[in-house]
Amino acid sequence: MATPNIGQSIKRREDYRFLTGTGTYVDDVVLAGQTYAVFVRSPHAHAKVNAIRAAKAQSAAGVVAVFTGDDLAASKVGGLPCGWLITDVNGQPMKEPPHPPLAQGKVRYVGEAVALVIAETLNQAKDAAELIEIDYETLPAVVHVADVRKPNAAVVHDIAPDNTCYVWAIGDKAAVEKAFAAAHHVTTLEFLNNRLIPNAIEPRAAVASYSRGDDEYTLYTTSQNPHVERLLASGVIGVPEHKLRVIAPDVGGGFGSKIFVYAEETAITWAAGRVNRPIKWTAERSESFLTDAHGRDHATKAELALDKDGKFLAMRVTTTANMGAYLSTFASCVPTILYATLLAGQYTTPAIYCEVTAVFTNTAPVDAYRGAGRPEATYVVERLVDTAAREMKIDRAEIRRRNFIREFPYQTPVALCYDTGNYDATLDEALTVADVAGFAARRTEAEKRGKLRGLGYCAYIEACGIAPSNIAGALGARAGLYEAAQVRVNPTGSVTVFTGSHAHGQGHETTFAQVVADRLGIPIENVNIVHGDTGRVLFGMGTYGSRSLAVGGTAIVKAVDKVIDKGKKIAAYLLEASESDVEFRNGSFEARGRSKTFGEIALAAYVPHHYPLEKLEPGLDETAFYDPTNFTFPAGTHICEVEIDRQTGETRIASFTAIDDFGKVVNPMIVEGQVHGGLAQGIGQALLEGCVYDPESGQLLTGSYMDYAMPRADELPSFKVGLKETPCTHNPLGVKGCGEAGAIGAPAAVMNAIVDALSPLGVHDVAMPATAERVWRAMQDAKR
Amino acid sequence: MYPFEYHRPATLKEAVSLLRKIEDSKVLSGGQSLIPALKFRLSSPAALIDLGGVEELRGIKLEGATLTIGAMIRHAEVASSPDVMSGIPALAKLAAGIGDRQVRNSGTLGGAIGFNDPAADYPAAVLGLGAVVHTNKRAIKADKFFTGLYQNALRPAEIITSIAFPLPKRAAYAKFRNPASRFAIVGVFVSESTDGVRVAVTGAASCVFRVKQMEKKLAKNFAPEAIARVHVPPDNLNSDLHASAEYRSHLITVMAQRAVQAALAGQATT
Repeated sequence: MATPNIGQSIKRREDYRFLTGTGTYVDDVVLAGQTYAVFVRSPHAHAKVNAIRAAKAQSAAGVVAVFTGDDLAASKVGGLPCGWLITDVNGQPMKEPPHPPLAQGKVRYVGEAVALVIAETLNQAKDAAELIEIDYETLPAVVHVADVRKPNAAVVHDIAPDNTCYVWAIGDKAAVEKAFAAAHHVTTLEFLNNRLIPNAIEPRAAVASYSRGDDEYTLYTTSQNPHVERLLASGVIGVPEHKLRVIAPDVGGGFGSKIFVYAEETAITWAAGRVNRPIKWTAERSESFLTDAHGRDHATKAELALDKDGKFLAMRVTTTANMGAYLSTFASCVPTILYATLLAGQYTTPAIYCEVTAVFTNTAPVDAYRGAGRPEATYVVERLVDTAAREMKIDRAEIRRRNFIREFPYQTPVALCYDTGNYDATLDEALTVADVAGFAARRTEAEKRGKLRGLGYCAYIEACGIAPSNIAGALGARAGLYEAAQVRVNPTGSVTVFTGSHAHGQGHETTFAQVVADRLGIPIENVNIVHGDTGRVLFGMGTYGSRSLAVGGTAIVKAVDKVIDKGKKIAAYLLEASESDVEFRNGSFEARGRSKTFGEIALAAYVPHHYPLEKLEPGLDETAFYDPTNFTFPAGTHICEVEIDRQTGETRIASFTAIDDFGKVVNPMIVEGQVHGGLAQGIGQALLEGCVYDPESGQLLTGSYMDYAMPRADELPSFKVGLKETPCTHNPLGVKGCGEAGAIGAPAAVMNAIVDALSPLGVHDVAMPATAERVWRAMQDAKR
Repeated sequence: MYPFEYHRPATLKEAVSLLRKIEDSKVLSGGQSLIPALKFRLSSPAALIDLGGVEELRGIKLEGATLTIGAMIRHAEVASSPDVMSGIPALAKLAAGIGDRQVRNSGTLGGAIGFNDPAADYPAAVLGLGAVVHTNKRAIKADKFFTGLYQNALRPAEIITSIAFPLPKRAAYAKFRNPASRFAIVGVFVSESTDGVRVAVTGAASCVFRVKQMEKKLAKNFAPEAIARVHVPPDNLNSDLHASAEYRSHLITVMAQRAVQAALAGQATT
């Protein structure tokens, strides 16, 4: 029999390809007769486009075509859609301004695509792009959320004269007001959740082609969800869905930024039909900074009401969320459905009210980025809890214990129902692993070296695998939230699995194969995972929100179980037993003391000479769709210790402990890798990363790695990670998801540690990213 | 990139002659600033004269009280040179902290000071050690070499050949780096030699500069506390996304003290 696979740290099968440079990324795709696209982009944050003169470019050397927004409009190419309709507090639908792939009449952020130049070579396209003359009439820009509703603020879209996309609320406002009125103590914080720029190693890229003979389009693109790309892009350009094949081959990181349907791949797919030539576009890093959908960017006021014992009575949160200039694919659900519903955290807070105002600004669109709403919610909750504990002089672990949810299922006041969890377990383990007991001694020792040492907690909760579809639909989702899988058993007994999930760093080719090998009792070498091609995979919603194993993996399990069920029917015939007597274990169908191997059954299915053909179709190939009944709820405790240089304000992470409960774990090594990456991104948000636009001109000031600081290995400690296991109750694998936890928990843990270090000086808050100067200023201001 | 001619001369003479002959030509040394500018189409010289093949511009020599480094010596070579490590360890350590591994394996000493980026590390060492910049025409003292933002004393068709560093009694470089670019937000190079004390600051203003007031105090008492109260006023310092002038002013004093401390402890850098 095969050795058990689930729970083993099997080395990633895909890594040989990645580490030896033999992967196939979109930019590696070279088609015969391929041309190159360059987008002419707006240098202004806000301007009318009075005229575009492209004649010189059109006649320049090597130019195949030049297209503008007018050409797309004439060809009835639509706008890029938003996939989630939020209904505002007055029952009105959110404002959905048109989002043309190439600007029409007006530009609304620096970097917005205005014209598309297609030429024989990339340099010829660039040369021609410089010949296009655009007559811009610049307009004042509105950039910061704090400025959008000022009386003289620029108006980004005429259909939203107050720059407001929606005002949305959740929770029992009256109950919250009542609780606050009677509270013993109220903790209040106001902060910005800093805007981030995603930085996948591989920039976005696309190669589009058109076959006149078949009237079919093929789009290779850097997508986390090729079927969603096909559905939306085909709609935008007016091509029947079955005439567009989308292939997302090896993709070098996404972090959410490759979920969305963007202007570029949509425009070149349309254009490929027009010029009847393949077209390649690969973003330069500067374009990534300007045009990949950014993340976070919330301005929030948050209040927590407590009784005299530190029990949470109510929470009140008001957030303004920056949508940028246009609604990106899932922008609208991030600061609402994925944010406010998480405000209960791990606690029994009985009343919560959250009001969210989503606004338009002259900046790049903002959408889901690793964690998507949940890091922002966790930051609100966990900064409030640490601050309240300090204000009320209650130990910070103790105040959490006094408020933990311990009975499951638990219905929160903000819609979610947690199926299971054990928050004491992760907290207790974290306290031990982080040696919190020894912290006072470490702080004293650090003081001798001129360093301020602080410790911060974050007990986070996350909701993964957003579901079920019908409830999400009632909340405005315009897509299903299931996943699809096909398990094709080949005649020789090897298995090809087609999954609607997409891997762009997660290691699905290993993890999913472990699941299948385990369930079928066959060697992992006999299992192949196929993803990322609408021409091969039946359907899929793709990979986002830490859903792949919980939702995509469960769809695979369902399909595997159908294979086993059919196998039992075949085995019953061959073993001359009744179907109910056949048992499948360790890769073998057994009945009446006799057995048939999985391979023998597969062969019988494809060579049906001895086979119940009158009752059963030949072949062994099953599909399944899985729509979860609930979210999964990973949770954990992160503890960060920092040391701050008293003279410069520079913060160093002295240690970081993450004890997570992801339910059952299939491959601990891959999970640990996911945690490391997430923590690096979360620490990056806390200490380093901050997207800065000039508040007047709307120019992106952090448009390269010279100015946008990414976390690097030498800034990070060796993480102390550990797992607790409370299996999810509603999927067969008991898994919850691990992709975003690090990025969700780390920012609050780091900032709580910094404030803890500085609190003896009287500092109550420091803004993210906590740059050396910000911390130094906080110390200076506290002295005054 | 726009098209340009590419030349790779084998001798200095040939390089100078090409530079004279081709209007709007530029020398290419390590290319760590020029190549990105070309890629961004921000620079469009008619010709690039690559100095990579000019053997005369290479070599590291430690002779008597002088360490001479060829203009085309890469940062990684400076960082790992036994002569530099024994002669001026602070210079080796400074080179080891420039950019990243790729930059250090391509970037050159001559290229760095010829470009004179206001936040580059090398100008602080050249000025802070009182080095002499040798060119195909003359010898230029460091104090006369760095003249302003991306400016230096080089004339047309003048090529840096080597830099001669007098060996100090002790020296150290303290850098507060920009977390994004890893250039210096403030970098202070301090040296003590028979000619006195030098304090050179990079990253803080439009061009590397000396802090004479600190030099005087340190000449009397080479100790961190001697300069604890000496502050460079923020008025002429840079204020940008990464640091205000006020913060840079504060950091100059802190980094200068740390450099002195490191020099005393024989650590070369902080």
